[in-house]
Amino acid sequence: MLVVPVVFLLVMFVVPVAAVFRVGLETGPSQMLEVMGAGRTWQILGFTVLQAVLSTAATMLVALPAAFVLATFRFPGRGLIRALVLVPFVMPTVVVAAAFLALIGPTGALGVDLSGSVWGLVLAHMFLNIAVVIRVVGSVLATMDPRLEEAARVLGASRWTAWRRVTWPLLRPALRASALIVFLFCFTSFGVVQVLGAGQLRTLEVEIYRQTAYLLDLPAAAALSLLQLLAVVAMLAVVGNSGGARTGNAVDVARAPVGWRQRGGVAAVVVLTVVVVLAPLAIIVVRSLMIDGRLTTVGWQMLFSQGDSTNAVDPFSAVLASLRTAGGATLLAMLVGGMAAFGLAFRGRGGWLRSVDALMLLPLGTSAVTVGLGMLLAFGRPPLDLRNTGLLIVLAQALVAIPFVVRVLAPALSGFDRRYLDAAAVLGRSPVRALAGVAVPLLLPAVVVAAGFAFAVTIGEFGATVFLASPADPTLPVAISRLLARPGEVTVAAAYAASAVLMLITAAVVVGMDRVRLSRAVAF
Amino acid sequence: MKLFIAPLVLLLAACSADVADPQSTQPPPDEVVVLTHDSFAVSKKVLAEFTEQTGQKVKIVQNGDTGQVVNAAILSAGSPQGDVLFGVDNTFLSRAQKAGVFLDYQAPASASDLAQQAPGVTPIDTGAVCLNYDREYFADRPAPTGPADLVEPQYRDLTVVQNPATSSPGLAFLLSTVSAQPDWQQYWRDLKDNGVKVVDGWDNAYYQQFSGGSGEGTRPIVVSYSTSPAAEVMFAEDPQAPPPTANIDADCFQQVEYAGVLAGARNEAGAKQFVDFMLSRSFQDDIGSQMFVYPVVEGATVPKAFEEYAPEPTDPVVMDPEQIADGRDEWIDQWSAIME
Repeated sequence: MLVVPVVFLLVMFVVPVAAVFRVGLETGPSQMLEVMGAGRTWQILGFTVLQAVLSTAATMLVALPAAFVLATFRFPGRGLIRALVLVPFVMPTVVVAAAFLALIGPTGALGVDLSGSVWGLVLAHMFLNIAVVIRVVGSVLATMDPRLEEAARVLGASRWTAWRRVTWPLLRPALRASALIVFLFCFTSFGVVQVLGAGQLRTLEVEIYRQTAYLLDLPAAAALSLLQLLAVVAMLAVVGNSGGARTGNAVDVARAPVGWRQRGGVAAVVVLTVVVVLAPLAIIVVRSLMIDGRLTTVGWQMLFSQGDSTNAVDPFSAVLASLRTAGGATLLAMLVGGMAAFGLAFRGRGGWLRSVDALMLLPLGTSAVTVGLGMLLAFGRPPLDLRNTGLLIVLAQALVAIPFVVRVLAPALSGFDRRYLDAAAVLGRSPVRALAGVAVPLLLPAVVVAAGFAFAVTIGEFGATVFLASPADPTLPVAISRLLARPGEVTVAAAYAASAVLMLITAAVVVGMDRVRLSRAVAF
Repeated sequence: MKLFIAPLVLLLAACSADVADPQSTQPPPDEVVVLTHDSFAVSKKVLAEFTEQTGQKVKIVQNGDTGQVVNAAILSAGSPQGDVLFGVDNTFLSRAQKAGVFLDYQAPASASDLAQQAPGVTPIDTGAVCLNYDREYFADRPAPTGPADLVEPQYRDLTVVQNPATSSPGLAFLLSTVSAQPDWQQYWRDLKDNGVKVVDGWDNAYYQQFSGGSGEGTRPIVVSYSTSPAAEVMFAEDPQAPPPTANIDADCFQQVEYAGVLAGARNEAGAKQFVDFMLSRSFQDDIGSQMFVYPVVEGATVPKAFEEYAPEPTDPVVMDPEQIADGRDEWIDQWSAIME
């Protein structure tokens, strides 16, 4: 079961990245050493780690209460908020950064200028990644059987002991997995640093981009990529990898809040989460409808009538192109990631398996520029010339989505009690019917969460897909960047309108998925 | 295991059939593949004309900004992803030519001095990187008359520029100072002391730092293009309103965009036809309104807003591609040392 994902990773990730190192070594080994030894390089690495650590901490701080409340309590609008938190995650970082500048930039609505400071980055990263924690941790919390903790209490454990001995061990793997993913995302974050860094903050990712896409200094790019890879590997070795979390059954255990204290607590967390998530999103919608403080729809009109130009993007076909690319990449990621999760969950956790597990995470911690460059170098010549096909984009997107799928599915699978299947077999179900009738409903929540993430990652086109030609029909993120390429208040409004469309589609797809999941779970 | 591999293969096949144009890997000789940057645009009507004249269809492959497109072409020199490359400019040309990206071909209709400076490729349009300013801010005080003024105390903390190591207008502006300022390094030291702000890219500088037009920032002077004020007018809610920004016609840097036939092109004949077509009247008349640059062919029409708000700079800084290639890396290093 692990063969397919390992081969996929080898061909799509290891081979391209190795190609970058090879070119670096061939063209300037001494220059590589020089770059790796430079004080400036280490300064950049230090700052990269610092901002990622701060961002991860801030994200956990805000997301954990929200994850707890959303998983534990039932209240009106819960499904909507669950979908809402995933929306920031898919926004093109250029748009997110612009929205943040509108809040905390030089003329920001909040009156403090945080651009060019690490705190601006931390806030934007928090906004982008809050969904990772809420949904990964939430999927464990939501299915955690409250009777376990109740049993501990009945047996005389104090509330704290019960939490520490029962809930915490169940939760820890999900916490670690989500923190790891958030860290890697912030570690390789690109668009946010470029815009909010105001040219003063440099991270490894931005530096790799500069050396590769602009200066074409391949030895320097190879050296920095190598350093990035080593840092991620070292981090994985120190922090360790997520173990198998035991999730309970798929019944939604949420309950209505009781008493004014619970209600107040829920309300406070919900309001805070909605404000954090909604403020930047609301700014995007407002900007699409306002020019110079007046309400107008000219931006939306322009979006839907761009005239007879090759550069004009029809929003309908852009939506379709986005859905097609994201759909293909999601399917691929679910298939490959699913196999990896299955293999990892049922084969125990021996030494080499752990390295397979880590290998699956590496693409998240590797510069998209390095991967794109490597793919161009590795697959740019016959017999395997995949350039211009758009297929490389789908593959590159799937590569980023796979770690999410593995992280969400592996714990669910290893928590799945195979005796359910045995019981079904004893009761006369065929293996297929047992899988469909027992395993699928039990695993569905995790599958939906995994697919939701894969979709969100791929529709937002994470990472600059530098060097990989876009598919024939431009997608929504491409449409947005084209609109922003020329000045004019109406084009800017149109770009925000296109961002609003992207937002709505994501929210719709995620709400739809959640509906499937809840209805199936309840039916079971 | 086969059970699992089969759907994977099917899926891969489905994706490639879905997303990709199956012709792209083996284009028939009746299609010209044009590699270009994200800002490329032409009327579909004009492309249809080319197809009518030659029987060749055109496929446009856009892949990032100029630097990315040129670097991708360099990395695949000899085994190109298309037939024509449009959009390499005078700051990148030399690097591309040295890497053997282009077949030696210049359209016979090329006539300008620009063509003589760049044998082996065909100049198609020119643009100019100039200072733009916020007209509202300078309504009741004197606007700068050129880059030299920016070091004066009255313009303290008012200017935003792009990093020449990451941005093409940023590099153009640096080159213009190298060429036009008596001591360009001292000029940048003074500029730094006078509170100039440096950001990574044009988007950020214009939309987030600049206060004029569609900019949302606080600084009323920005490095942008000579045609930006015209775009501000043409894409304003009320195109009759006076322009919110203006450009300063002093020491503007001339950017020339070239088209070249890629070495190893599958459709070399079609590629040459397309490069020729780019100098035709219909294509040249279309360039201004589509890409906000100036056509190279004399007498080609440009949008009316150009004449009023974005006339071609009168005496731009013109630099030879060879000279740029020789100096750029060192200048960028020296600039970085001063500014960091």
